[in-house]
Amino acid sequence: MHGKKLIEIKDISFSYGDEKILDNLSIDIFQGDYMGIIGPNGGGKTTLLKIILGLLKPSLGIVKLFGIEIGKFKDWNKIGYVSQKATHIDSSFPSTVNGVVGMGLYGKKKPFHFINKQDKQKIKLALREVEMEDYRDRLIGDLSGGQQQRVFIARALAGEPEVLFLDEPTSGVDVKTQEQLYMLLKKLNKEKHLTTILVSHDLETMEREATELICINRTLMYCGMPKEFRVHENFEHYKGHELHIHHHNHEKYHP
Amino acid sequence: MLEIFNYNFIIRGIEAGVIIGAIAPLIGIFLVLRRYSLIADALAHVSLAGVALGFLLGINPLITAIVASVGSSIAVERLRLSRRVYADSALSIFLSGSLALAIVIISFTRGFSVDLFSYLFGSIVTVKITDLYLIAGLGIIVIVAIVAFYRELLYITFDEESAQVAGIKTRFINTLLIVLSALTVALAIPIVGVLLIAALIVIPVVTALQLRKSFIITILWAEIISIFAVLAGITSSYYMNIPAGGAIVLITIIIFITVYFLKKSDHHS
Repeated sequence: MHGKKLIEIKDISFSYGDEKILDNLSIDIFQGDYMGIIGPNGGGKTTLLKIILGLLKPSLGIVKLFGIEIGKFKDWNKIGYVSQKATHIDSSFPSTVNGVVGMGLYGKKKPFHFINKQDKQKIKLALREVEMEDYRDRLIGDLSGGQQQRVFIARALAGEPEVLFLDEPTSGVDVKTQEQLYMLLKKLNKEKHLTTILVSHDLETMEREATELICINRTLMYCGMPKEFRVHENFEHYKGHELHIHHHNHEKYHP
Repeated sequence: MLEIFNYNFIIRGIEAGVIIGAIAPLIGIFLVLRRYSLIADALAHVSLAGVALGFLLGINPLITAIVASVGSSIAVERLRLSRRVYADSALSIFLSGSLALAIVIISFTRGFSVDLFSYLFGSIVTVKITDLYLIAGLGIIVIVAIVAFYRELLYITFDEESAQVAGIKTRFINTLLIVLSALTVALAIPIVGVLLIAALIVIPVVTALQLRKSFIITILWAEIISIFAVLAGITSSYYMNIPAGGAIVLITIIIFITVYFLKKSDHHS
C-alpha cells in the first residue's frame, strides 16, 4: 500500500554537453517508501539525486517536492541529505560531533539566530538515534568512517525531515559497519515512517532492505518490487554492467 | 605611563592594529579551511593598484584601495563561477595583473615611490585619523556580518553541497565572504602592508588549528594570537626601531613554530 505522493519526477532529461546522462525519466516516490536506486557507474544515479535535491537543473521535465514545483519549493527542512562527499571530509576540520549535527538545524534559522536550548535537545535526540551520544564532544575528524557516517545521518535527522536521501552511504565503510547502518536505516523507515531514498551499487542489499527498487542506466530500466527485478527482462543487461563494477569496487576497498 | 603612549600616532596605530588583528582571523578561518587563502594575497596586490590610483587622483589611498579590492573580489568570484578558469588561475591573473597595473600607475606619480615602501610593508605612522575611523567603521561591519551569517559560513565551509540542500543561499554567502575578505585586506594595508597581509589572515588561524579544538575555540585562539602579535609587534617596532608589519608577522611565525613543535611532541608522547 502506498502513502501520500511526496515526490514526483516527470519526463526528466539531463545532458552534460553533448552527452545525455538521463533520458526521459518519470518516477513517483510515496510516503513511507524505502527506495533503492541502483544502476551501473555513470548510469546517472547521482545525477538523478542531485536533480531531485535541486543541485542540478534538468534539461527537460518537472520535479515536484510535496506537490510544489522545485523552483518554488521552500521547505528544505523537510529534506534530509547525506552526501557521498560526507565520507571524504577534511579530517582536520575543527568541529565537534555536536557542532556538525547542529549544522542540520541551520537551514531554518534567520541571521543572528544561534543554537538554543531546544536545538540542543534535538541534537541530543538525533545523536541518540544513531547511538553516537557518547561521542558528542569528539572532533569529527577523530572518528572512524562508519562513525562519521552515523554523525552525518544524525545531522540529517536533527532537522526532523520527512524524506531522507543518501548517496552511497556505505562506500569506504567496512562490512560490519555497513550492516549496522542498514539496520539503523530500516529502523528509521519502519518505526519513524521516514521516507528513505538510497543510491547504491549493491543490488543484494537493496533487495533485502528496500521496499521499492529503481534501476537506472540513462533510462529507467526497472521500477517496482525489489524481489522481482531478477526475473525482469532488463536484469541480464544490468548484470553485465554490475559484474564489471563489483570487481572494480573490490579492488578499490581491499587493495 | 609608558613613553610609547605619549605619541598620538602610536596610539592610533595600536587602535587600528587591534581592530585589524581582530577581524583578520575571523575571515582567515573560513579562507584557510576552504583552501582559499591565496585570495588574500591576490586582493592585497589589487589593493596596491588602488593605493597607487589614489595617489594619482589625489584621493585618500585607503578609500581607493577598498574600492579596488572589493570590486575585483566580485570579479574573481564571477570568473571562478564561470568555471572557464580554474580558481587558482583566476587569482594568479588578478595578482600579477594588478601588480603590473600598480607599477605602471606608480611611474606616473612622481614622489609616490618614497611612500611605496610603507604601503608594501606597512607603517603605522601613515595611519591618519580618517583612516582610523574608516578601519573602525568598516571593521565593525565585517564583524557584524560574520556574526550574522556565522552558521551559513560554517556550513558552507564544511560541506557546501549539503548546505545548499538545507536551503542556504550558497552563492550569496560565497560572495559575502569574498567581499568581506576584500574589505579586511584593504583595511590592513596601513598596518602590515600589501605584502604581509596574507600572513596576518592565515598564520594565526593555522596556528590555532594545530590545537585541534572546536570551531569557536579555534577562532578564540586565533584572535588571541593575532591581537597579541599586533600589540607585541607595534611595541617592539617602537623600542627596537624596526618596521611594525615585519615585526607582527615574525611574531606570528614564532608562535606558529612553537605551537607546531609542542603539538608534535604531544603526538609522540
